[in-house]
Formats: sequence, structure tokens, C-alpha cells
Amino acid sequence: MCCSSALSLNSFMFGLDTAVVNISSEEEVEVEKPSPLSAQTHRAARQPLSPITGHVFPPSAGMSVGAPRGLASSGQKLITEILHPLSAAEEPLSPGHDVTISAEKDKPPGKNATVTSLSCSSVSQQEPGLTNGTPLEISSPASASVLISRLQLDCELEADAHDPFGSGEPRDLFVTVDDPKKHVSTMETYITYRVSTKTTRIEFDLPEYSVRRRYQDFDWLRIKLEDSQPTHLVPPLPEKFVMKGVVDRFSEEFVDTRMKALDKFLKRVADHPVLSFNPHLNAFLTAKDLNKRQGLALLTKVGESVKNVAGGYKLRARPAEFCAMGEYLDTFSQKLGTIDRISQRILREQSEYLTELREYGTVYSAWAASEEQLQRPLEGVAGCVTTSCGALEDLSDNMSQDFLPVLREYVLYIESMKNVLRKRDQVQAEYEGRLEAAVLRKQEDRTPIPVEVEKCQDKVECFNADLKADWERWQRNKRQDFKQLLTGMADKNINYYEKSQAAWESLITLLQEKQTEDKTSDTN
Amino acid sequence: MAEDVKEESVASNDESDQAASDGSLSNTMLTEGSCLLRRMEICVAEAEKRSGKNAVSMQETYTVYLVETRPIDAIAEGHNPPPDSLWRRYSEFELLRNYLIVTYPYIVVPPLPEKRAEFVWHKLSADNMDPDFVERRRIGLENFLLRVASHPVLSNNEMLYHFLTKEHGWKEMVYETGFQTKADSRLRALSATFRVRSPHKRLVEMKHYSDGLQSHTSQLLRARTRVADRLYAVYKVHGNYGRVFSEWSAIEKEMGDGLQSAGHHMDAYAASVDDILEEEEHYADQLKEYLSYAEALRAVCRKHELSQFELEMASQDLISKKQQLRTFSLKGMTNKLFGQEAPEQREAKLNLLEELIAEGEETVKEKTAECDEHAEKAWADIVRFKDQKDKDLQEALINYALMQISMCKKGIQVWNNAKECFLKM
Repeated sequence: MCCSSALSLNSFMFGLDTAVVNISSEEEVEVEKPSPLSAQTHRAARQPLSPITGHVFPPSAGMSVGAPRGLASSGQKLITEILHPLSAAEEPLSPGHDVTISAEKDKPPGKNATVTSLSCSSVSQQEPGLTNGTPLEISSPASASVLISRLQLDCELEADAHDPFGSGEPRDLFVTVDDPKKHVSTMETYITYRVSTKTTRIEFDLPEYSVRRRYQDFDWLRIKLEDSQPTHLVPPLPEKFVMKGVVDRFSEEFVDTRMKALDKFLKRVADHPVLSFNPHLNAFLTAKDLNKRQGLALLTKVGESVKNVAGGYKLRARPAEFCAMGEYLDTFSQKLGTIDRISQRILREQSEYLTELREYGTVYSAWAASEEQLQRPLEGVAGCVTTSCGALEDLSDNMSQDFLPVLREYVLYIESMKNVLRKRDQVQAEYEGRLEAAVLRKQEDRTPIPVEVEKCQDKVECFNADLKADWERWQRNKRQDFKQLLTGMADKNINYYEKSQAAWESLITLLQEKQTEDKTSDTN
Repeated sequence: MAEDVKEESVASNDESDQAASDGSLSNTMLTEGSCLLRRMEICVAEAEKRSGKNAVSMQETYTVYLVETRPIDAIAEGHNPPPDSLWRRYSEFELLRNYLIVTYPYIVVPPLPEKRAEFVWHKLSADNMDPDFVERRRIGLENFLLRVASHPVLSNNEMLYHFLTKEHGWKEMVYETGFQTKADSRLRALSATFRVRSPHKRLVEMKHYSDGLQSHTSQLLRARTRVADRLYAVYKVHGNYGRVFSEWSAIEKEMGDGLQSAGHHMDAYAASVDDILEEEEHYADQLKEYLSYAEALRAVCRKHELSQFELEMASQDLISKKQQLRTFSLKGMTNKLFGQEAPEQREAKLNLLEELIAEGEETVKEKTAECDEHAEKAWADIVRFKDQKDKDLQEALINYALMQISMCKKGIQVWNNAKECFLKM
């Protein structure tokens, strides 16, 4: 997987030059821009997207590229001639914005960041004046370290142990959600949470922020992110609606569980090399009064174009690797569902066990009342049983508050990912449809392949690249998250047994002391 | 349990050893010579299935138990003779016990293990032929013999001795004692309701205590059964984790091995509950013993009440007869005046009445003595019993606590193993 991601870097590398260029001429919006690609990559897009095999696709008839603005240079190179981005630095490394930034700040971006930052959509802070194909001299000292860190792309998994969100990079944006407070007004009652930000990024005017947000603000942010970054996977939010009668929306447990999920959501977004630079996130984190109507409407319009245009086309074949992703997601989702059901069943059984155990303890107490010598031992047993009950209650509470919500959140995450896959399919379908039509027309009356077709191809390429990068990221995070989740579950169970054991052991001491007491009093 | 006694008696033949670890010996009234268990090693070694024809000539399968005995002095002298042994059925043990109850109404006679499996948590077999049940019964029967053979009073009983040594003809011997008739009449009397005018305070208290003990132990046994059922369910459901982790591991690359191994540990966790609950049955058996003991205690108190009642009846009878006599004398006066009866008839009646009174006084004396003796002996045995109960149950509770600790340790180990697998994911 690591290998392919590195190699797939190659496939969209070309696109990026032009993407950068193109965007600078269009709106300065942070939306995925289809970038016209060379003939080679055109071909590559036609095939199932697998790691570049070194195939050379000469520009063939009917595939006049017509790339605007002198794209031809990158287009005419043979793929095999184009150096791997991870190799020597001679190749025009059009850096993603991250690199640019670090050039200014003398800080290398993390290894993962380089992969995803080179996606087409991360363009809010592009370097003006970068021309495609022109070797770009990155004189900043950061560039070398950028390369080095890219070389380490594949081996970052160990670092994940310390960084629960698995990015392994020095982070410059920290967010926290805490301090829930209830607000009662005449119209409604709702909870707000404090969202604290600490950052060194220049996109933020201040190094620290503290604002209050409610759930619907988070929901707004999520929608905006999805709209503006449709090729990226946006983390899920906890469920919006809760059955009024069934769940108490203002109970401590519910609020706490929701808050943890919101915190996780925001941390994941902040950790994402593309999403974290989204201006909506910026607004969310900094605006005193989140006025949702102003300023950012423009962004949504462009984003929607991506969503809506792709409708109406049928995909012929989903490339193998995306099929594999889809299958994985389906099976994984199924397994998580099973685990959820098992966990709920365990909670139910534990609850019944707890009920009986409590009753059991009271029988010992009742008996103790009618005994003399045995009173203390019986009371002792009753006490141990009570302690075990308490410990069991804690275990069950933990499982239902910490374990189950995370499990469910991942199911939502999987659904999001599937949606992105579907969107990708649509984009590819549109491209294929248009291409077919264009080819036919060309054959009929020699009409050249329109620009839109190439734009579609770029879209596909970018989308695929983004998706693959995000997939890698998601897989890493998933591994970390589940490692944490399951070890947490093990810890809680261990905790429960430890508490119970301690209680019984102190009883033994007590009873054995008593036994020796009795023996000595017997002999006296 | 009474097994301690066996060890104790093998270890030392010193009769003056009062500070025994088992309370039943330290409070012993060893007036009649050392109890049987000090002279003889006893155990119930095996159980076997037999088939045969029963009393109504129907084929039946039953279990027999091998009772082995060995004289202790032979062992002490360094010889190692093979044990004598004979086979006994559960019904024969019952016969022995019933005989002892009738013969020693003031003794809290040790109980037998339950006839049918009760307080069974659902996975456990309630079948009398089930090997686990048979095994636990074997232990219970041995325990019964050890308790009886170490009892200061019961151990001297001849029928007990023959039970242990005389395979054939023992039953007939017991029946010949005629205890059956006494048993039947006693049974009838006990089941009747009667009120005692001046009850023995301490024994009445004991009767109430025995009711409480019975109620508490049976409640505890029921509650424990329910807890066991629930615990079983909790553990077994975790086995499902094993399966799903295994399935999940199939689609994972790096996480696969860790998940798979963790799944195995979840299976182990689910399986561990069987042993845990099997061990707990031993604790349940100890509780059941004292549930039965409570009944035996109650019976002793009730029998005293019966004696007391009979005494009161006899006294009442005597009083009324004496009353009759007085009336008779008075009547005599009136008769003299009115001449109702012939002097010979009167004479005869008078003599009869005086005889009856004399008899009645004897009866009252006997009954009083009986009652007092019963009360005295009963109280002595009850004190012994209380002490034994306190020590036995305290030890049972300690063992129960140890079982719980063991269960916790196993749980910690399994989850630690699983955690290690998770960390390797």
C-alpha cells in the first residue's frame, strides 16, 4: 500500500503544476479544480488506476491533448523519463502549499502531509508564478527536508503509537472541545461547548482562540467541508437527532459522550492536511459570532458544480483498487455492526448479572444479622459483593459511554467514505461518458476533443489521488483508533477485576486474622 | 469440612489434645473413649453403577459407593494393610441416618448429601446419574461418615460400626432393633400441632434460629443459582467477540494477526466460566449441608417440645387422677349418706385409681427425667454444633473468597493477554 501511494504520487504530480497554474488564473477559492493533464496521464486514467507500471502511452490519434498554457512539456515526456518525486530534487517539484508555507516558516511539513498536500484541492495558498514544467528552484532550506520527509513516507507507522491521530508530523494547530454549558432561552434550550484553538499558522490572526459553539454549528461546518472538499473524506459527527422520549439530551452522560465525539471530529479535521486549511474551519474556530450566511456562499457554489455535474452518467467499471476499498468498507461496516450488537448484548447480560448480584449481597447481610460469630464474615462477604457491583457498574458505564459511541462513529465514517467512493464513480462516469461522445463526434466530423473532457479527466485524476491519499490516512487512523479502543476495553475489564480482587483479598486477611483470634481464644 | 478431622485423627492419637483445628473435637466430651474415627480410617472411595431388580421386581439402575475402612493402629505401627471395603447404596446411608435420628433424638445428626439435585443453575445437570452429581454425592457421603464417626456420642453406635464393616445382613440387623416403630410414632406425633405450656426458653430460641438458618441458606442458594446463570451468560457472549475478531482479521493487513490472537483469548475467556462455576458447586454443597443441618437442629428442638408436651400431658393426667381421687373420697361421704355403691366396688375403684396415680407419678417422673435429660444432652450437642457451624461456615466463606480471587486473577490474565494482542495490532 505504501508503495503504491508513493507511486501514485507520480501520477498526479504532473497535474499539480498545471493545477497550480490554472487556479491562479481563476477564483481564489479552495475548491478542487480539474487540471488538464498530459496524454500520458490521460491514458493512465483510462486504465484501472494502479501503480504506474512504466507503460508509455504515446499520444495517440484522437487524443489531442490541447492542454492549455503549454502543458505539452510535461505531456511529452515519457513516464519512464520522469523522475519519481522521491528521487533527486531536480524534477520540478511543484510544492503543495504546505511546502510553501514551511519555506516561509522554515518548518518541514510532516511526511504524510506531503502526500495529501499535493492534491489538487489544496490551493488556498499557492505560490503565484509557478509555471508548469519549469524546474522550480526551491531555494528555501526546507525543501531538502521536505524531500527527506517524503522519503520516509512509508515507514511512519511506529510514530503513530505516540500520536493517536497518526499524522506523525509536528502539529501547528491544536483544537479542543470541552466545557459544556446549558443555555436556556424563551425559544429553546441547548448546549454549547467551548472550542479552544492554539496555532502558529499564519492563516490565523491570533495564536489562541476560544469560542462557544453548539451542535448545529458543527453540523454547519461539516456540511461546508463536504461541499467544498467533495473529494476528501470528512470525519463524521455524532448523530444529530435523538429520540426525545428515549434519550435525555441534557443528561451528563449524553452531553459528555457527544462532546467527546465533537472533540474527536474537530481534531480529525484539524489534523487533515487539506481540510484543516479550509476557510470554513477557520471561521468556525475564530469567529465570535458565526454568521453563516455571509462571505462563504461563493465557496459553496463552486463546490456544487462538482457534485451536480457528474449526475446522469453510468460508470462502466470501478477500478480494481476502488472496488477493493468498497468491499473492504462493506465488510468492515458489517463487522462493526456485529461488534456493536455483541457489546450491547454483553451490556444487557451484565446488567442482569448486576441485578442478581445486588440481591445476592443483601441475602448475606440479612443472614449476618441473625448470627454472632459469623456476623463479621458474612457482612464482609456482603461488602465484597457490593464493591464488585460498583466496579461492574463502572465497567458497563464505560463501555456504553466510551466504547459504543466510537464504534458507531466509525460506521458513520464508513458511510462517508462510501459516499466519497460513489462521488468518485460519478466523476469517472461523467468523464467516460463525455469522452466517448467526444470521440464519436471526432470520428464523424473531426471535431477536436473539447476542453471539458480534459477537465473531466483532471477531475478524475485529482479525485482518485485525493481519495487514495485520504484512504491511506483513514486506514492509519482507523488502526490507531481501534488499537486505542480495544486496549481501552481490555483495560476497563482489567480494572473491574482488579477492584473486585482487592476487595476479596482484604476480606481474606480479615477472616484469617479472625480465625487466629478464635484459635487463641479457644486455647485460653 | 469434616475432612480436617480425618487428618487430625491420623496425625495424633493424643486424647488430651483439645486445641484441635476442627472445633468439633475441641469441644468433645470424650468420656466414652476415643471416637471411632480415631481408631479407624474411613473413606468413600468410589462410585459404580449397578443394575438389579428392586423390591417390585422391576429392573433398575442405581449407584453404589465403596466404603473403605482401615484400623489406624495398624497404620501407625507401620503396616500397610489393604482396606476393608463394602458397597453401600444411598438408601442404606439413609437407613443408617434415620436409625441414628430415632436412637438419639437429642443429637443434631449430620445430614446426607441431597437426594435429588436442587438449586441447580441451568447448565448444571439435575440428573442423578450425571457423573458430576455422583462425584459430589460421593464426597458428601464420605463427609457424612466422617462427621458421624467423629461425633462424641454417635461414633459409639453399634449399627454405625456394622454399617462400616458388615456388608450383608446389616439392614436386617437395623430393622431388628425395632427403631422403625418408634420412628413412625414419633413422626406422627411431630407432625401434629401441639402447644407447650412452659416451653424451654433456650431450645425455643434455637428452634427460631434454625428456622432462620434454613431460610437464609436456602435464600442464599437460590440467589447464588441466579447469579451463576447470569455470570455464565456474560462470559459466553464474549465468545462471540472471538468469532467476529477472526472474521474481521481476514480483511485486515497489519491489524489481522493481533485481532486473530485477541479473538482466541476471548474464546478462552468464554470457556473459563465452566471451571469457575464447577468449583463454586463445592461452596454450594457446603451451604446445602448446613441447610440440612438446620432441619436436623429444628428436629431436635421439636422433639424436646414433644417430650415436654408429653410430660405436660402426663402431669395433667396425674393431676386429674388425683382430682378424681379427691372427688372419690368426697363421693364416698355422700355415698355413705345415700348408699349408692357397694363397698367392694368402691374399694376396687379406689385401688385402681391409686394404682393409676402411682403409675402416673412414675410416668411423670420418667417423663421429667427424659425431658431434662433430652434438654441437657440436646443443649450440649447444640453448643458443639454451633461451634462446628461457625468454624465450618467461616472456612467455607474464606474458600468462597479465594474462589472469587482466583476468578478475578484469571479474568485479569485473559484480558491482559488480549490487550497485548490489541497493542500489536
